[in-house]
Amino acid sequence: MTQFIDALPGSCGWVSAAGETQPLVRLRNVTRTVRRPDNEELHILGGVDLDVRQGDHISIVGRSGSGKSTLLNILGMLDLPSTGTIEFDGVPVGNMGGNQRAVLRGAAVGFIFQQFNLLAERTALENVMTPLLYAKGRDFWRREKLASDMLGRVGLGSRLQEKPQRLSGGEQQRVAIARALVRSPRLILADEPTGALDIATGQSVMGLLAEVAEESGAALITITHDPNVAALAHSHYLLESGHLRLGSEAAA
Amino acid sequence: MSLTGIAGSLVEAWAELRTHKTRVLLALIGVALSVASLTTVVALADMSREALAQGSEASSGRPATLTVGAYPMNGEMGDPAPLREAFGSVVERYAVEYASLNLLTSVPFQFPDGVVQAETTVVGADYGVMRRVNLTSGAWFTETDGQRLAPAVIVNEAFYARLGSPDLAVDPVVRISNGTPVDAVVTGVRRNLWPEEPPAAYMLSEAYDRVGAVAAPGMNGPPMLELWVPEDLAEPLTAAIISDLSAQFPALQIDAYRADYAAWGDPYGGMQLAVGGIAGLVLLLGAVGLLNISMVTVKYRVREIGIRRSFGATSGRIFFGVMLESVVATFVAGLVGVMAAIAVAKLPAVQRQVAFGISELPPFPVEAALLGLGAATAVGALAGLIPAVVAVRVKVIDAIRF
Repeated sequence: MTQFIDALPGSCGWVSAAGETQPLVRLRNVTRTVRRPDNEELHILGGVDLDVRQGDHISIVGRSGSGKSTLLNILGMLDLPSTGTIEFDGVPVGNMGGNQRAVLRGAAVGFIFQQFNLLAERTALENVMTPLLYAKGRDFWRREKLASDMLGRVGLGSRLQEKPQRLSGGEQQRVAIARALVRSPRLILADEPTGALDIATGQSVMGLLAEVAEESGAALITITHDPNVAALAHSHYLLESGHLRLGSEAAA
Repeated sequence: MSLTGIAGSLVEAWAELRTHKTRVLLALIGVALSVASLTTVVALADMSREALAQGSEASSGRPATLTVGAYPMNGEMGDPAPLREAFGSVVERYAVEYASLNLLTSVPFQFPDGVVQAETTVVGADYGVMRRVNLTSGAWFTETDGQRLAPAVIVNEAFYARLGSPDLAVDPVVRISNGTPVDAVVTGVRRNLWPEEPPAAYMLSEAYDRVGAVAAPGMNGPPMLELWVPEDLAEPLTAAIISDLSAQFPALQIDAYRADYAAWGDPYGGMQLAVGGIAGLVLLLGAVGLLNISMVTVKYRVREIGIRRSFGATSGRIFFGVMLESVVATFVAGLVGVMAAIAVAKLPAVQRQVAFGISELPPFPVEAALLGLGAATAVGALAGLIPAVVAVRVKVIDAIRF
């Protein structure tokens, strides 16, 4: 019988040296239901609870159609729950308007997609500069410097002017990582980040992602099919038919 | 929107245009051509209108020109001096800024090949401005010219040619063959009004009175007064002047009427409206082409819009960005179009057609250039509006999985 886990504060997260207890993201009883064309309701998520703290590295595995991407969209404030609550830094996201969420998302969340989703016909540098176009103040005006520094950090300092089509899959994903991290997000959401890469390249990219995320102190949530990628995380969850369980219990 | 927001939108729009150079260029060629046509048509129409108006003003005065005349009821004009004096009082009483006598007469001038009674218009110094008298050389009369001992005359090209085209810098003289001959100085040359115009001249009224030239029989018309007045005052002044002079000269029939081309409304308004309508249609075609390309582009860019939203672009930023892209592009196209229009309007062949017969060539109308730029920007905003709405409605989640 499936047992649901309440990921209560401290149960799976990381506690900072300063004794920080407030979760960065808190989901409580989150459900997501959509209406199908035949007017039937489809329950994608059924009462998910999750606390994510600064510095956490969480993996969520699950079969196709289990609701992984929907959960990631809710965590990234691209989507809202049908019922239940999501709080970011203690502030209920459900009360925010679309633009407020967009501004918060831009400043605090970095996305890495399976298909890289780089802007075609733009150089690596221009791609990494894109999130900084929505930043304010110094970050906006120094966007070129920040972006080239970040590309240097992912080992692409010499390929700033290359367009995506001239980069290998691994290099493209590194550009995507640089783009996700360039605004120093507090939460990094990676949706099947190695799905389009071979095993060795995937391992290397994930190693880099975990390293850069750890350096910045951001929380990293990875959705993956790959057990090797999941193994790099500190906490492991299984999403099954819209219900989230701690990985160790799922195995038991 | 904050400063960085505006700057960011501009950077984004410019980067987008740079990235899709070919597409943008193709779309913009249409807009630039439309704007060039619109601006050229409006500018040329405006310049021809100005040229026609200048021609009309030269022959019948600027709007509003009142012509005041007096005709004897019993066929005998009598001494015109009291009437001319009364004209002077009218000008003073109604504080008319520009006024001139207009007396058509003839004066016997001595040419190398004999004496010719040349048609001479006796005028005031303001006449040159009021009638836009078009001089090819020399200068129009000034008030002090009336005091010259040797009277100043301004002659037409035919007169000047018959004199042997002397250099005006050496104050060439022409003798007036009266009982007591008087040497007049030619101070200016006016363009011929038509190709075979016979010799003609202008003299200031003071000079004419002093010379006391004897007109050929039947060539001495009644003195007329011309007044250039604000259009809204033309009607009340007409009535006042008629009643004023009729009271002073009961034996004369006093006429005062507007003689300028605009007396019965703007005769060129209809032409401009028609030209504007055609130009508007041309621009509309350009706009539809641009809209078409913009719509296709937005559909192609759904994923990109989704990616931008996932990195913090607000719906306002997306809307403004797509819109601005269109506006920036059409503004640039507008500039190119307006420059092309100016180049066309400056072509000598075009200018000869537009401004035939006038030497004061109307400048390229600033309004046409502004209209072209404004229309281009408006087309950009309109053509950008629908794609911008489509872009805002893009569902981010679907878009990034597109």
